[in-house]
This record gives sequence, C-alpha cells and structure tokens, in this order.
Amino acid sequence: MNTKTTDLATLGPRGLSKRDATAEGLQYLTFSLAGEEYGIDILKVQEIRGWAPVTKVPNAPPFVRGVMNLRGAIVPVIDLRLRFGLETMAYTKTTVVIVVTVQSASGSRIIGTVVDGVSDVLNPNAADIQPPPDFGTAVHTEFISGLVTIEAGMVMLLDVDRLLSVEEMFALETVRPANEHGIAQAA
Amino acid sequence: MAIDLAQFIQTFFEESFEGLDVMEAGLLALEPDAAVDLEQINTIFRAAHSIKGGSGTFGFKNVTDFTHLMETLLDKMREGRMAISRAAVNTLLESVDCLREMLVAARENAQVDDERVQALRDRLMQLLELKQTAPTATPASDEPTPPQTLGWCIQFQPYPQMMHSGNDPVRMFRELAELGELTVRPDVARLPRLADLQPEDCYLSWELELVGLAPHDAVAEVFAWVEGDCELTLTPLVEAVTPVSAAPPLPSPAVRPGTAEEGQQGELLLERRQTEDRRKGDRRASAVTTPDGGSIRVGIDKVDAVINLVGELVTTQSMLSALGEGFDMSRLDKLHEALDQLDRNTRDLQEHVMRIRMLPVSSVFSRFPRLVHDMSGKLGKEVDLRINGEQTELDKTVIEKIGDPLVHLIRNSLDHGLEPPDERVRAGKPATGVISLDAYHKSGSIFIEVGDDGRGLNREALLRKGLDTGLLKAGEDYSDEQIYELIFHPGLSTAKQISDVSGRGVGMDVVRRNIQDVGGSIQITSQPGKGARITICLPLTLAILDGQLVSIGQDCYIIPLLSVIESVQIRADAVNRVAGKGEILRFRGQPLPILRLYELFGTEDAVTDLEKGLLVVVEADGRQVGLFVDDLEGQQQISIKSLEKNFRRVSGVAGATILGDGRVGLILDISGLIRVNNPVL
Repeated sequence: MNTKTTDLATLGPRGLSKRDATAEGLQYLTFSLAGEEYGIDILKVQEIRGWAPVTKVPNAPPFVRGVMNLRGAIVPVIDLRLRFGLETMAYTKTTVVIVVTVQSASGSRIIGTVVDGVSDVLNPNAADIQPPPDFGTAVHTEFISGLVTIEAGMVMLLDVDRLLSVEEMFALETVRPANEHGIAQAA
Repeated sequence: MAIDLAQFIQTFFEESFEGLDVMEAGLLALEPDAAVDLEQINTIFRAAHSIKGGSGTFGFKNVTDFTHLMETLLDKMREGRMAISRAAVNTLLESVDCLREMLVAARENAQVDDERVQALRDRLMQLLELKQTAPTATPASDEPTPPQTLGWCIQFQPYPQMMHSGNDPVRMFRELAELGELTVRPDVARLPRLADLQPEDCYLSWELELVGLAPHDAVAEVFAWVEGDCELTLTPLVEAVTPVSAAPPLPSPAVRPGTAEEGQQGELLLERRQTEDRRKGDRRASAVTTPDGGSIRVGIDKVDAVINLVGELVTTQSMLSALGEGFDMSRLDKLHEALDQLDRNTRDLQEHVMRIRMLPVSSVFSRFPRLVHDMSGKLGKEVDLRINGEQTELDKTVIEKIGDPLVHLIRNSLDHGLEPPDERVRAGKPATGVISLDAYHKSGSIFIEVGDDGRGLNREALLRKGLDTGLLKAGEDYSDEQIYELIFHPGLSTAKQISDVSGRGVGMDVVRRNIQDVGGSIQITSQPGKGARITICLPLTLAILDGQLVSIGQDCYIIPLLSVIESVQIRADAVNRVAGKGEILRFRGQPLPILRLYELFGTEDAVTDLEKGLLVVVEADGRQVGLFVDDLEGQQQISIKSLEKNFRRVSGVAGATILGDGRVGLILDISGLIRVNNPVL
C-alpha cells in the first residue's frame, strides 16, 4: 500500500527549532487548501498519511469520500475542499490525509481529512492570534477559531471539533424524513 | 489468619448464586403435600449449607443467620417433622430471593432491605414455631437486624514483639484515619508496672472504630505488615436499629421489591432513609458501576479441545517452516497441502475458542419455572411450562441480551395468550394451559420458540388498531403476517385491560429491538383459538461471520452467508414492473421483489442490465428478496467492526470489516434492506 506516515518532527527545520523554542505549547499544523493556508491544533492531529483509495459509503454526502482502514479501525475520510464547498481538484502526490481526533458530546472520534498538502508547524504567541473576520474567507467563519499572520500571508486556525462534528456535518440530513436516511427514496 | 480471603470471595459469590439457583429449582420441583422426596430436599439443604458455611467464613453474618433459619426449616422437612406445605415452599422461595438480594448487597457493599429480611425471618420462625422464643432461638438473637457496613470495628491486639520489627501503630492509625472517621480506644489493661516495663515491647491493644465507606481490603491493607504479629478482627460496623416489632404486611409472592413493596414500607423507612440518603446515594452509585465479575466457568473439555488444536497448529507451523527452508517449486503441492491444513486448524481453533464463550441457554431458561409459578398463581391460571433444548449453547453476550425479551414474551403468553381455566374448558381445551419454550440449533443459527395453546392473536382487533392508528390503509388486503407484525409497533396494545403484567403496548417493540441488537430476528405465527408461537432466530456468535463478497461497480460489499439462499442469473422477461412497488421476479412460482443495490447505493459504473448481473436471493425475518449485484467475489470469514464508532449508522449497512487486501468492506444489513423494501412495516 502506498501509505506514507510522516513524523511531525521531520516536517522541516523550522518546525523542529520553533518547537523547541516555545514552551507555551500553542502549536498548529498548517496545510494548504485551494491556495489558502489553514492550521489545526497539533494536539488534535494523530497522524498524517498519504492518500490511498477508500471504500465508498452509500448515500453519504459528497464530502465524505468513504471509509479507510486505520490499523483495524474504520475511519471516515472527509474531503475538506468539498466540506468547504470549494472546487474539487484531482488528488496528486502531495495530497495527504490528516487523521485527527475530534471531541464531541458523544465521545471522541477519529476522522481523516483530505487536504492539498501539509506545510509547516506554526508556533504563534497567543497574542498574535486575531479573532476571525466576519467575511472575506472561503470558509464559513464559524469554523475558524482565529487568524495568524505569517510572512507569506495569513493562516486560518480551524476549530476541528466543530468543523468535523458528525452532528454538525449531517445536520441537514437529520431533517430528512426518518425513513432510514433516505434509502427508501431510492427504492 | 494470614490467609488473604479476598481472592476467594469472588468464587464464594459465584458459587452462592449457583447454589441459590439449585435451591430455587429444587423448591419448585417439590410437590407440596406429597410424599417427602428426600433426595430433593437434601439437594436444597446442601446448597443452603454451603452458602451458610461460605458466608460465615467471609463474615456476612446476616446471610449466615438467615440461611441458618432456612436450614433449620429444611431439616425439619427432611426429618418429616414438618409437612411440605405450599405456604412453606413459597416462604422458602421468597427467602431464596431475599438471600440473593442480601448476597448482591454484600458483594456490592450496598444496602439490604432490612424490613423485608426481618419480615421473612419472622415468617420462617413462625413456620418453625419459634416466633415467641425468637430472641434466643437463633444465633442471630443478639442482633436481630442485619448489619449495614457503615464502617469497620477493628480489634487490634498486637503481640508484645510487634514493635521489634519496626511497625508503628501510630503510623497505621494515621493511615486508617485517611479512610474515614476514626475513633481510637486504647486498652491499657495489660500495661505492667513501670519497673517491669520493657521499653521495646507493646503492651497496649486498641479498639478502633472506622466510620466510612472504606472497603474491607483497604482496611486490611493497613495491617498487612503486622499480620502474624497481632490479633486482628475486622467486623463490619452495625448501625443500631431498633428491631421492627410489628412486621409490615407481607408482600404478595410475585411482587419484587421496588414495586408495591416500596410503597408499603416507604413510610416506615422514610425517616431513616432521609438521614442515610447521602451516604446510601454514594454507595448505590458505586454499586452501579461495579462490573459483574465478567467471568465464565468453562468446562475442562472445552479447554482441552483448544489445547489440542493449538498443538495441531504448532505442528502445522513447524511443517511450514520446514517447507520454507530450501523451498523449490517441486514442493509446491506440499506447500498447498500445508496451507490447507493451516486453514483448517485456524478455523477449528477459532470455532473452539468461540465455543468457550458459549453457555447453555438453561442459564436463561432456569428462571422461567419460577416466573410462571409466581405469575400463574397471581393470574389464577393453571399453566404447564414445557422446556426443551435447554442445553443448546449460545454466545454469552447473546444470552445476556435475550433474558429480558424472553421474560416479556412468556409474560405475554401467560397474561394475554392463555385463557382463564373456565374459558378454556368452555372452548373444549384442557383447563391447564401449556406454554412451551424450545431452543434448537438449525442451519448455523439458534432458534428459540415461545409458544402457548391459548387464544392466539386477535387479528380483527389488530387490524382495527392498525387502521385507527394509520399504520394500515383501509381497503388494502393484508396478510396475517403483516397484521401480526403490528404488535411490534410501539404504543399498540389490544389488551382490553391493562394489567400490571402487560398490556401497556410498550414492550414488544423493545423486545424486537433487543433481538435485533444481537443480530437476531423475530417472527410470529398464530392460530385463532389454538395459540400463538413466537420464533426468535439468533446468530451463534456475534464477532465473526462468514461473508459472501459481491461487487457492485468498483465497490465490494459483503452479504452474511447465512442469509444467502442462492444466486441466480435471470431473464429479463421473467421480471414484471409493478406500479409503485418496483420489480418483481417470478421465481420458483413465488413473486420475488428485486432490489437493485446500485440504485439504492447510488453506485456508478455498475451493471444495470438484469441479464448481465446476478441476483442473490437472501432471506431475513422470513421474507426473501433478490439483491441485484454485478458479480460474486470470494467468500471470507469476517470480523464485524463498527461504522458508528467514528462515523455514524449507514442505512442498509450493518457494519464494516477489513478485507483480505486491507481495504474496508461494508456488510449489508439484510433485514434492514428487506424492511425498507417493504413499506408496510
């Protein structure tokens, strides 16, 4: 299987040195998605894997690519581009799956997210994090917990618990008639 | 005294509960007012005696005393000094229940229902005609109320040399004080005159009172280092409660605590409860979280079988490694042979390991004679319970889950199914009704049937209810089966009268859900005036099943092999389109609905021409449906993994598994698919 697991420490010299430099522990894994940079709290990240085909799940929303086998556990894989309503792009060599642990009311879940590529590890000072703007981002601002300005531009810090909460993701669907999630319509 | 009893206590409880079951079964088998069946009474007596002995060893004084009373009574019966009356048997049965509660309470450090215990003691003594002399007649006389372990009374008498080994009582008491509120009373009686005093010897002894919820182990732990250097007695602290002189009215036999009894005693207990509420609350909470041991007793033959198989497996393994060294193509046949053997060994081993988890259904069935005994008396019905196949084995998890549904079904049969004796006689049936409980093994599944020869389901009433509630449409023609299915709908009861036994219309839906939770299905047949029969089909085991892999487009799905009847290629001209109902195939003289899975699942690139793909005929809940797939792949043993854990329930999919190549395969939920296909349900 062409799965590669990347150790976070090997991401780049900057990542390594900065990690040692700050003791505060605010660290974000940044990744690119449709030309923008996003960050995820590094404590949420379980591992990073290369893209490998997944098993499709019937009648799932388009952003759910399917489920994959993570050492025996069945883990859903979500395409963040589709989740954000951005245009799709063919998966390339740099396309990776960031496996994150999401806390929700019903316990913690493991979810894989497909992004264009992993960039860096960022150590912002708490003071450098600005509140999210009301507009002007490709992503719905309710999923953004803050903004950090870096040399190359701006990084949007994502609230993954919110963004990937199963309840939130399928909120629209639960409104559907309770006939076994719509199978009957197809039948 | 240096023996740590804690390691045996679990065994004691297990054996005691088994003993109670034996007593119960024995008591139920006793024919009141008949000739004394000595062997039967002896069996009961022996069980009671071991419980008494065990509880004495572990210091459950209330249990010991109570069992002693029962034993005395049994002894009298055995010697023929007392008649085996129905009243006596019933009292003994209740005592068994009570004893069971006391043991549960002892195990979980919970509260015993003192009033109930006292009431039963009184009744036992009455039967023994000891009532008047009660205070002196039993060993429990000084302490008529059973102790509540609110803490520990510790008699600590060190030998003089205790301090030689560096032990310091002060340090120990400090440790104890951390476990609860500690009162220390030193006893200076042994203190010699100053001139005779050896400064390194210990002359003091102490009486300590520890109030708190510290478990026995924690207290004993403190004294762990001085074992053998002292006299130590740990007695559970007893709360001084004035004995209840007037026993509350006796509960009717079938009422379990927590129902009517609670009300009767509520007032009596109110005052004490209030003061105790907080403490008890804590204790109850901890009792709830205490897991139920979780151990299984396994027959030695099963373990031996596994060991044998492991031996074979090891042989095969060494055969393979021998083959692997200097392998060349000429030995390919041998390799195949060895791999086949490995396959066989693995399968056998798996099967036998699974069998360790299997218990005979008698562990569930054994409670029913009692239930029927109690309930038939209450309902004024005569019932003959016939149990068959109680040695059929089922997975432990399944067994635990089917207990409650079965209780419900039996209650239903008793209450609704069977008619009162006079009505039965009028209908030309014997006055004694029959409830049958059968378990058997058929084609890889376990079937459990609950049947009665009562009045059967009332088709008309159900139909009316169905129309009233809008579940059925007027003017349509429904089969009996479809109508009987209605009883599984929540909130639908046709019982004219709601009794405390059943009829509230909750229950059958829960029964079905419980059965489905363990991967089973439930079916009902009924003949008016002749009785109803409910058949539960359960999987042998939950964890592993044989799967048939099928492909639909690029995707691979798994159909549990047990549901597959056959796979056929069909001709398009044998298929009819029925308006609003999809496609129906005339198949072996029967109409068979076709489900095009690719349509249901929205799969692209799938075969859409009925003649080019395959139809897999599957069955669940007694109904068949044809699943249209592209092709059959291999068969594989699959272990079921949860989709919900990280994702959510997907309709039509029962779970997921990892395929041989590491990909995830989805397991089809056959009964779910059939239900969806059949909008009536």
